[in-house]
Amino acid sequence: MILFEMIDFDTLRVIWWALLGVLLIGFALTDGFDMGVGALLPFVAKTDVERRVVINTVGPVWEGNQVWFILGGGAIFAAWPPLYAVSFSGFYLAMFVVLAALIVRPVAFKYRSKRDGAAWRARWDWALFAGGAVPALLFGVAVGNVLLGVPFHLTEDLMPMYDGNFAVKFLGLLRPFALLAGVVSISMLLMHGAAWLNLKTQGLVAARARRFGVIAGMVAAGGYALAGLWLALGIDGFAFANEVTPNGPSNPLYSQVTHGGSWLSAYAERPWIAVAPLMGFLGIALTLRGLVSGREVTTLLWSKLGITGIIASVGLTMFPFILPSTVDPNSSLTVWDASSSHQTLFIMLVVTAIFMPLILMYTAWVYRVLWGKVTEDDVTGNSDTVY
Amino acid sequence: MEIGLVELSRLQFAMTAMYHFLFVPLTLGLSILVAIMETVYVMTNRPIWRQMTKFWGMLFGINFALGVATGITMEFQFGMNWSYYSHYVGDIFGAPLAIEGLMAFFLEATFVGLFFFGWDKLSKVQHMVVAWLVAIGSNFSALWILIANGWMQNPVGAAFNPETMRMEMTSFFDVVFNEVAQAKFVHTVSAGYVTASVFVMGVSALYLLQERHKDLARRSIAVASAFGLASALSVVVLGDESGYSASHTQKMKLAAIEAMWETHEAPAPFTAIGFPDKEARETHYAVEIPWVMGLIGTRSLTQEIPGINDLVDEAELRIRDGLIAYDALMTIRAERDATSPELRATFEAHSENLGFALLLKRYVDDPREATEAQIKQAANDTVPGVGPLFWAFRIMVALGFSFIAVMLYFFYRASFRRMQFPRWSLYAAVAIIPTPWIAAELGWFVAEFGRQPWTVDGVLPTALSVSHLSVADLLISLAGFVIFYTVLFVIEMSLMVKYIRKGPFQDVAETEAWQERHIHRLRTHDGQGPFANPAE
Repeated sequence: MILFEMIDFDTLRVIWWALLGVLLIGFALTDGFDMGVGALLPFVAKTDVERRVVINTVGPVWEGNQVWFILGGGAIFAAWPPLYAVSFSGFYLAMFVVLAALIVRPVAFKYRSKRDGAAWRARWDWALFAGGAVPALLFGVAVGNVLLGVPFHLTEDLMPMYDGNFAVKFLGLLRPFALLAGVVSISMLLMHGAAWLNLKTQGLVAARARRFGVIAGMVAAGGYALAGLWLALGIDGFAFANEVTPNGPSNPLYSQVTHGGSWLSAYAERPWIAVAPLMGFLGIALTLRGLVSGREVTTLLWSKLGITGIIASVGLTMFPFILPSTVDPNSSLTVWDASSSHQTLFIMLVVTAIFMPLILMYTAWVYRVLWGKVTEDDVTGNSDTVY
Repeated sequence: MEIGLVELSRLQFAMTAMYHFLFVPLTLGLSILVAIMETVYVMTNRPIWRQMTKFWGMLFGINFALGVATGITMEFQFGMNWSYYSHYVGDIFGAPLAIEGLMAFFLEATFVGLFFFGWDKLSKVQHMVVAWLVAIGSNFSALWILIANGWMQNPVGAAFNPETMRMEMTSFFDVVFNEVAQAKFVHTVSAGYVTASVFVMGVSALYLLQERHKDLARRSIAVASAFGLASALSVVVLGDESGYSASHTQKMKLAAIEAMWETHEAPAPFTAIGFPDKEARETHYAVEIPWVMGLIGTRSLTQEIPGINDLVDEAELRIRDGLIAYDALMTIRAERDATSPELRATFEAHSENLGFALLLKRYVDDPREATEAQIKQAANDTVPGVGPLFWAFRIMVALGFSFIAVMLYFFYRASFRRMQFPRWSLYAAVAIIPTPWIAAELGWFVAEFGRQPWTVDGVLPTALSVSHLSVADLLISLAGFVIFYTVLFVIEMSLMVKYIRKGPFQDVAETEAWQERHIHRLRTHDGQGPFANPAE
């Protein structure tokens, strides 16, 4: 295993930190428009045929897109077990709500058009709306909470413990800054969904999607700017208080962490990371221009750029922190002390290097096969095969 | 330790996992049956096979949606409800789950959309390839999930690291080629194939009884009975393989399934029927068949299979040995790099029994302070619920053998009796539709309940693995799942019934075009009548 010797533990950790970002961004770029489309459904489509057009734009692809999310969960488990353990149980009820939304969504896609009744379909339309809007909002709220720090601590056995009872824990997530992050998240995915509908539909539906997309994009940009300002003025960051060993054992308790200072000091230390927020703003601006002028493919690409910039900026700002703790900062999880072992990270990297290119290739092929607009004739003429 | 929390967490996991497995076996088997039907279509060009592919594909789709949706719960529940487990073994257990996503689930989920939406966008051969990719993806999924589960039954290729307070992988190769995982994989997918075959035969039998779609129904039975016969044989043979591997990896589970209280001199008898009594540690009214157990478990006439009482004594020794490891671990944790090499050597020598010391955490915070009575109690805890395992296993095995008989009969009628089935056999085929699900759920029950009190056999006790949530958290989520899953189940069943009642979609234009070509071909070749169809 010469390669294994060549890639240091700390390098592998950075690679896996970046891959975690790739998976989350991959999820936002693909399943993101599915969720955006679901949340836009009641606003852009008024008749049953219009709704079916909207649903069928994502009909053949949402299932594959959703795997980015499931793989994200699996990859966190494999590469960052403490993060998986602490965050999923710490956000327990919020996770449960997300799960419920994500379970109802696949079922809604499959079952909605399998019966004719208007009440049946209206109910599933609601499910699609909630299945898109709720996760889109809560993922942002979770990210906001991560930036603020989460009230957990690790015992000496590294068992995660949480403070406060269940109601406090769930409602406690809904802090103002976290809600703002939620607004940014849902509005950027609405914009993304609109850019997708602009590409895949025509006529009235596309026109409505463009109008809502422009509003959502402006909210996203404004909210993102406000969140940056808030981070600069009112929110404490986290920093190491002792020398860290980037290739040390994965035990968060070995390092000392202070809660104070600003997250944004990262921009003084590593000025190049300013590229990410700039990409975010630029991407949104160009998406807005594209939506107004009716450009199709490029608008979707600019929307992807904007989302990539926004998500990347969170990770880059916090690096090397992944999940800071407010009640016991020393328990905070960082890139240097919350990963899997050297061997597991290496094996997972090899597997990813083999399969990720394959996944991208066949996904691209599927999108190419399905290329083109979904029209009203498509859905009314193929009622037995489409949704 | 809050026992209420542990029990609620177990209940929720068992419920969501068993619910998930209502949909998985049908997905595993039906994906392959559909791909086979489409392959026949591509080879013969007969529209009936395309119609069959579409019809069974539609039912596959209804089932698949819930399989995927409930699978998401499984992927996240380890972190949500079993956070100490996730920390403790995530370095090993997480890898197969992530690989499942990369290698299998992406494949199946990406192409399943194209399967339904791609009929007009792909060539025949392309579409058939898509169907096979969905089937291969589903089955590879099962492989990686069972590698993960196999590791919980037989934790090979891993060691405890005192620095990180968790198990870490030492050999990926050992984890993947774990004998338990390999035997379980083939056993489980074969069970899925049997389930799908019984389902297809049952629905087809219903059509034959109702005198409709007879062409489709007969052909479906022919395909399903052949596929089902091979699979039913494989389930039983590979189940036997699982039993053999359990005799040296999970001795306690095997002894509990067989209600073997005392070590019997080789070769041990097999208790066919009896009433195990855990308190008295004996089996009432036992009907024994000599030699059989020894042959199944050890494949020899001379090797002994240890009984429960001896295994409890062994567990007690291992607890005492594990306490030496635990004591060393506490010093290593306090002293870190300053620890003497001798102490580390002591830890290494006893670390394989560390998990047994952790069994005491149920009774005391520091296992070193456990009393003699508590040690005895913890050793007794290693005996799982004998009665339920004994019966669950026997019902599963009886069902397994009966599937062979059913498949054999239908295969014989389909192959050698011109696809004519007596009415009683059709009624029977409809009636047995639920049985493979019962067998599959009982199989999982034996595997997981039989592993108690461990989540990872000999390494991590179940009571220690849970997340420290409040009971209220659990009650809310549990109630949510019960309501939610019940509603979804009712909807799923009603759609299945609706689409089975509606029957296959007739592609009239295509069928007529094909018939014209067929008549033409027959006239030009041998001049026989066009409808000399042996199937009718």
